[in-house]
Amino acid sequence: MPLTNVHIETLAEDAWLLRFGNDIDVEINARVHGAAAQIGAALPDIECVPSYASLLLRFDPRHWTDTQGRFAGHHLRDAIDSALRGAAVSETPMKEVVIPVWYGAGEDLGDVAAHAGLSAVEVIARHTAVTYRVAMIGFAPGFPYLLGLDPTLAMPRRPTPRASVPAGSVAIGGQQTGVYPQALPGGWQLIGRTPVQLFDVSAEPPSLLKPGDRVRFRAIDEAQFDRIATQAGTAA
Amino acid sequence: MTIELIKSGLLTSIQDAGRRGYASLGLGRAGAMDEPSRRLANALVGNAHDQAVMEITLAGPTLCFREAAVIAITGGIIEARANGQALPPWTTCFLPAGTILRMGGMRHGCRSYLSVRGGFGVAPVLGSRSTDLHARIGPCGGRALRAGDAIATGHAAACSWFPGGNEMKALGWGLDPQPWLDYAQAPLALLRGHHFDALDDASRQMLFSGRFVISRHSNRTGTRLEGTTLQLRHPLELISEASVPGTLQLPPSGQPILLLAEAPVTGGYPRIGQLAAVDLPRLAQRRPGDAVCFTETSMDEAMDRLRRRDDALERLLRRIGQRLESA
Repeated sequence: MPLTNVHIETLAEDAWLLRFGNDIDVEINARVHGAAAQIGAALPDIECVPSYASLLLRFDPRHWTDTQGRFAGHHLRDAIDSALRGAAVSETPMKEVVIPVWYGAGEDLGDVAAHAGLSAVEVIARHTAVTYRVAMIGFAPGFPYLLGLDPTLAMPRRPTPRASVPAGSVAIGGQQTGVYPQALPGGWQLIGRTPVQLFDVSAEPPSLLKPGDRVRFRAIDEAQFDRIATQAGTAA
Repeated sequence: MTIELIKSGLLTSIQDAGRRGYASLGLGRAGAMDEPSRRLANALVGNAHDQAVMEITLAGPTLCFREAAVIAITGGIIEARANGQALPPWTTCFLPAGTILRMGGMRHGCRSYLSVRGGFGVAPVLGSRSTDLHARIGPCGGRALRAGDAIATGHAAACSWFPGGNEMKALGWGLDPQPWLDYAQAPLALLRGHHFDALDDASRQMLFSGRFVISRHSNRTGTRLEGTTLQLRHPLELISEASVPGTLQLPPSGQPILLLAEAPVTGGYPRIGQLAAVDLPRLAQRRPGDAVCFTETSMDEAMDRLRRRDDALERLLRRIGQRLESA
């Protein structure tokens, strides 16, 4: 995919934004991750930050200069173009992370079920039936915005956000689902909790998930939650 | 050696050049808000440029140095007394063992940078000693320093500048804070942002002719601007995109927010402008209540000013190194 099909926005002296579209869409997001993999492989000094429909590139302008030492954007543009024209970088191994969820701990599970006109059991079945993709990570370290939610489970955010959502909360906000890595203020509907730690500064990489990863949820009960939490050191 | 905090000051934290490479995992860079001042503080004590310093906001801490130390304070001009004796700003100083360093109010600017020879010996977190107060990641669990904290300093190689002794001493020369510290509070250079054209006619004009005032609700994440309200022609429905420091975004309130060192890695507000990177440290030195005016710039001009600033900084850093060596 040559760069001619991509809109480049000059964001700052050291930042460009490549825009692939303007919507939250699985296909557009897949192009973002494909481009991130290609540029990351060809130009490792450039930091790639994927989001739903665009890819932020942060670079050192002093590495892209003309003979007078002035920034030469066309050199950077050519290098990106050639990276994107190259072969697709295969995503091997295809990482799929399974996140165990105790749905009984979801304070808003009943509300989501009522909103969808389904039983709680059916909500859990539909939430665990799909493979999601990490569209991007933002809001807080390790917070994944997941694409692929069953449309019947979509539900607007709460009118008044909670001051503190417990760490590990699995939640629905509009068409999206995600997991709160730590206790944070938040307005999404809470449908369950996971005992696994999503962000750990002592681990490398510190985030359980990275943009582009595949995710599945697996239902567990309270006893399994407690056992995993004790092993993971996330027990309250 | 350790430095003990007897009083914390208003907001004091450990910062280096920032934590790079984790934005795709949701973690921004943080780091010193006024990076040239941080680098000059390190140079004045003979440290490597990547050492962490103490970032001090508006009202300074009181520190106890159990052992002798060589320090410098750059950035905002802050009242500092070592056992009652005034310390000259932007100057290399020797503090004897047992010094109580009391830092008071800031006369100019908003953030001072205290370096200590040998650097601060706090353990890096994800490759950096910067404190991300918002994400709560970094030294001391990612929080601001508080009374009772004991901060380790790194090994300080011997230097011939000071013979030791029991009194505070300062080198006979220091740096002129100008042009690094912007006393005149001149207009700041702003690039048009992606959504500039979505502003209504009056707001497009007001952005470059209006006078904004820094809100007291500003922090290391962003400077909130009051005084002039801006409006879009019609609301925009935007999806979240990556964001960077320097972006001027417009939330529905009409009060713009200029993102700073702890800018969130993603955001969904319209981006109406981008502060020229060369002016980020100048904004970081304005305090709540100070005025901000913007003047329009182009990317070429912004790049050119940044390059000239960096060249001037490198020259000054080299001269400091040479002067210390010959001392």
